[in-house]
Amino acid sequence: MSPVIKRRGEREPISGKYLLFGLTVVCVVLMMVTFATDLLNRPLSAAVGYVVVPFQEGIGRMGEFIANRSEELVQIRSLLEENKRLKEENAELTEKNTLLQQGQYELHNLRELLALSEQYEEYAKVGARIIGRDSGNWYSKFIIDKGENDGLAVDMNVIAGGGLVGRVTSVGPNWARVTSIICDNSNVSGKTLSTGDNLIVTGDLKLMADNTISFSRLIDSNQKVAEGDKVVTSNISDKYLPNILIGYISSIEKDTNNLTKSGKITPAVDFEHLQEVLVITDRKQMVEVE
Amino acid sequence: MLKKILAVLCIIICFVLQSSVFCKISFAGIVPNLMIVLTSVFGFMNGEREGLLTGFFCGLLSDLFFGEFLGFYALLMMYIGFINGKFARTFYPEDIKLPIALIVTSDLSYGILCYLLLFMLRGRFEFVYYMSHVILPEVLYTVFVTVVLYPLILLVDRKLSAEHRRSAHRIVR
Repeated sequence: MSPVIKRRGEREPISGKYLLFGLTVVCVVLMMVTFATDLLNRPLSAAVGYVVVPFQEGIGRMGEFIANRSEELVQIRSLLEENKRLKEENAELTEKNTLLQQGQYELHNLRELLALSEQYEEYAKVGARIIGRDSGNWYSKFIIDKGENDGLAVDMNVIAGGGLVGRVTSVGPNWARVTSIICDNSNVSGKTLSTGDNLIVTGDLKLMADNTISFSRLIDSNQKVAEGDKVVTSNISDKYLPNILIGYISSIEKDTNNLTKSGKITPAVDFEHLQEVLVITDRKQMVEVE
Repeated sequence: MLKKILAVLCIIICFVLQSSVFCKISFAGIVPNLMIVLTSVFGFMNGEREGLLTGFFCGLLSDLFFGEFLGFYALLMMYIGFINGKFARTFYPEDIKLPIALIVTSDLSYGILCYLLLFMLRGRFEFVYYMSHVILPEVLYTVFVTVVLYPLILLVDRKLSAEHRRSAHRIVR
């Protein structure tokens, strides 16, 4: 121990330069540790989750409340009209639904005959509310108000309104981060529903403004894929469950190599006005690779 | 002590505001960077130490919630805070030119560094596009927010230092 006893208040704070150096080292170590393992993320995200998330929830709710009230006032008239239209549509859909149910019944019977297992069973889902968006302008990620305590884990798929939103990339006890498919660094393996050709769907910051995402590496040897075709997640994706709707092809062109095609997809989800999402708690079954 | 608590509160409030409310009032999807404003202001008002600490914690929060791995934004913001702190000696509260210039430079360099490290390294080379569609709008919006916020920050700071001086005086007596 040092013989000089320092009195409280006399303590010299560490000078800026040493602090800078020390914290730089801390940062670099943190980066290396979190790049390699998941060791530090857990306690830190738990601690921060309990401090920040309640604030975010409160503010998010308040903002939503105000936005909803003002919208209500504006929209009452148009809503009345819409209501009338929807009622007509509802009648039409009910009729269609009965037809479809008959079809479903038939399909079920035929499947039983063929001893074919159901292709896509119902997934278990958890609803969650978006409470925060990426604080920067580069990526498109958001925070939802459910976390480990609600059974969420990394790599779970997130959907909304029947379309794919993204997947969970980080979880705390009461929050989770979702990286959306329009995020610049996200790639999804998809396929066209009509022909079953595989393609890669890539988010792009440049296309985010007009609400589209790009796709590439589509091998369309029969020249059958056209604009308006549905794109769903493929069976070979290792993070995404198969047959979730991604969107519709809005433009398509041949690559310079004359082998593959690329173009743009209009996502099925309106990312701009996303408020609630569904997290599928079933994860893609993985084969352990040695 | 009061100042420290207030600083922590400021950081949390700014982060929450930025990630929730500001998204709703964004222009063409661009959100102003409050964290840069905070780091920069704490830097040139209180010196290198405060600047770099504010930057570090602001960055760490962004890292925890939105970063791929911890420490990236923390490192970036910390250096921005430190460099801003170098100007603490030439800073006068009445003059708004230096703060604006510092915040513009900080946000600009933050944007460019983000582009270089997060985008160019992944093979997105259209610098002009990103400059004109992401970095510059963000800087403009941030400056606008600064002009609105600056008098408020100044007021709080003045109240705090008056309080500090009074309590120091009391101890001396």
